[in-house]
Amino acid sequence: MATMTRDETQALIQEVLEVYPEKAKKDRAKHLAVNDPSIEQSKQCITSNRKSQPGVMTIRGCAYAGSRGVVWGPIKDMVHISHGPVGCGQYTRAGRRNYYTGMTGVNAFGTMNFTSDFQEKDIVFGGDKKLAKIVDEIEQLFPLVKGISVQSECPIGLIGDDIESVAKQKTKELNKPVIPVRCEGFRGVSQSLGHHIANDAIRDHVVHNRDNDDSFESTPYDVAIIGDYNIGGDAWSSRILLEEMGLRVVAQWSGDGTLSEMELTPKVKLNLIHCYRSMNYISRHMEERYGVPWMEYNLFGPTKIAESLRKIAAFFDETIQANAEQVIAKYQAEYDAIIAKYRPRLEGKRVMLYVGGLRPRHIIGAYEDLGMEVVGTGYEFAHNDDYDRTLKEMGDSTLLYDDVTGYELEKFTEALKPDLVGSGVKEKYIFQKMGIPFRQMHSWDYSGPYHGYDGFAIFARDMDMTINNPCWNSMRAPWLKPAEGESEAPVAASA
Amino acid sequence: MPNVMIRKKDDGSLLFYVAKKDMEETIASVETDTSAAWGGAVELTDGSRWYIDPVSPPPSFPTTLRFKRAES
Repeated sequence: MATMTRDETQALIQEVLEVYPEKAKKDRAKHLAVNDPSIEQSKQCITSNRKSQPGVMTIRGCAYAGSRGVVWGPIKDMVHISHGPVGCGQYTRAGRRNYYTGMTGVNAFGTMNFTSDFQEKDIVFGGDKKLAKIVDEIEQLFPLVKGISVQSECPIGLIGDDIESVAKQKTKELNKPVIPVRCEGFRGVSQSLGHHIANDAIRDHVVHNRDNDDSFESTPYDVAIIGDYNIGGDAWSSRILLEEMGLRVVAQWSGDGTLSEMELTPKVKLNLIHCYRSMNYISRHMEERYGVPWMEYNLFGPTKIAESLRKIAAFFDETIQANAEQVIAKYQAEYDAIIAKYRPRLEGKRVMLYVGGLRPRHIIGAYEDLGMEVVGTGYEFAHNDDYDRTLKEMGDSTLLYDDVTGYELEKFTEALKPDLVGSGVKEKYIFQKMGIPFRQMHSWDYSGPYHGYDGFAIFARDMDMTINNPCWNSMRAPWLKPAEGESEAPVAASA
Repeated sequence: MPNVMIRKKDDGSLLFYVAKKDMEETIASVETDTSAAWGGAVELTDGSRWYIDPVSPPPSFPTTLRFKRAES
């Protein structure tokens, strides 16, 4: 199917909106838009970061997920207590595959689940005593723990437990930071506010810890990677590129990160932000308070990698700039070979994306390097500033959908007939049953890393093995297949 | 009276950022922008107008300031 015109895309949106009652239709219409790369400000065409409509199937998470799962959870040498009933902690445990080095249960705690397991009596009588007891137990069982964060679940806010006072007292007793995070799930419209709350907790309890301590020897080439959660090892494949350029990576947050790395971050020369949505708050704070500049970078696909490495190098002197060129040249043979191998198999394939708050725009370049086209994109919890950055990346008249509902995403997919859908695990089996190749783009479908040149090779392979998988030709039962000689209409849009 | 963070963009213009509102706008014009003071009525590229009593001496950006919504 050829690319749709502006009117056709608009007509599709209208058609999909048709089933809603008047009020819901009016609201949802604001969240669906046709892209126009010439628009500077996204608020002229799309509304985002608003409460989801009751009754629709949204794909969003909660503030607790944003704080515990994304910002705090991957910090490996701290224990993050899921304070409240047991489910929230258990079902978010290790699902994002934030890789880390270390001995789990000894000096790293990333995949473990610590919870206060609230029962009826804790709701009635309060759980502060229980929290204090848990902190003591953790200290006794895991003496190498560097700090503890208390991630509140909904009941904590509802019953009004004073986790701050417990944290304050225990910080004094243990001489280790015990950090209360007020990320109750009901706050905000999506996990996005959880990121903000978590960032504020880092601001209030972590980054200023070593303000008057000059014992850390800095160099002019210190940088920090912020907002890389090391999913499938992403931060490592990014980090080696920066180190090859001659930069010293002092800290990486929060994937494979440690508390002391976070404390040292204000001492770097440049903060590199990968996930803008979840970590821009703390970067802005460090810029204001410590004068550390920050920039966004994107290490998906060779075009964007080269662009980003040059942009990073421009902050430093000529040696780094020359090194950046060398790094790009060094890997050129490698990525040219990958493009030569996979591009003929993937050329012209069309992709629809619907992921969290960053990848729907960052990953477009990687698809384009493989000759693929992104025909629709949208975010679960992005804000206007994310859409500002997205409009330019997307082609004219492509579809944008904010906080898309299950129904809308299905309908759009039926109409656009993409060759690949990239979204989360909740969507995966729906689309696979519809006969459409699908990649789970939150945690790389149990693969990865996808960042950097090494990651690009894996990305290209994964996309190829998904789209060109022979199973998509077997979607129709043998007895429903037309008799020999008749032309067979393909069920899926795949080859 | 929101807290507004003002920072310099790559192209030298000033960015007007209100965290609570997720608002990122570029400042189009500032009433007073001299070596002695900075502030007064501020107009953004989206047409909205804000006011701050002139800050003297001019603040070094990035910084957080309290702005008032100006009557337009």
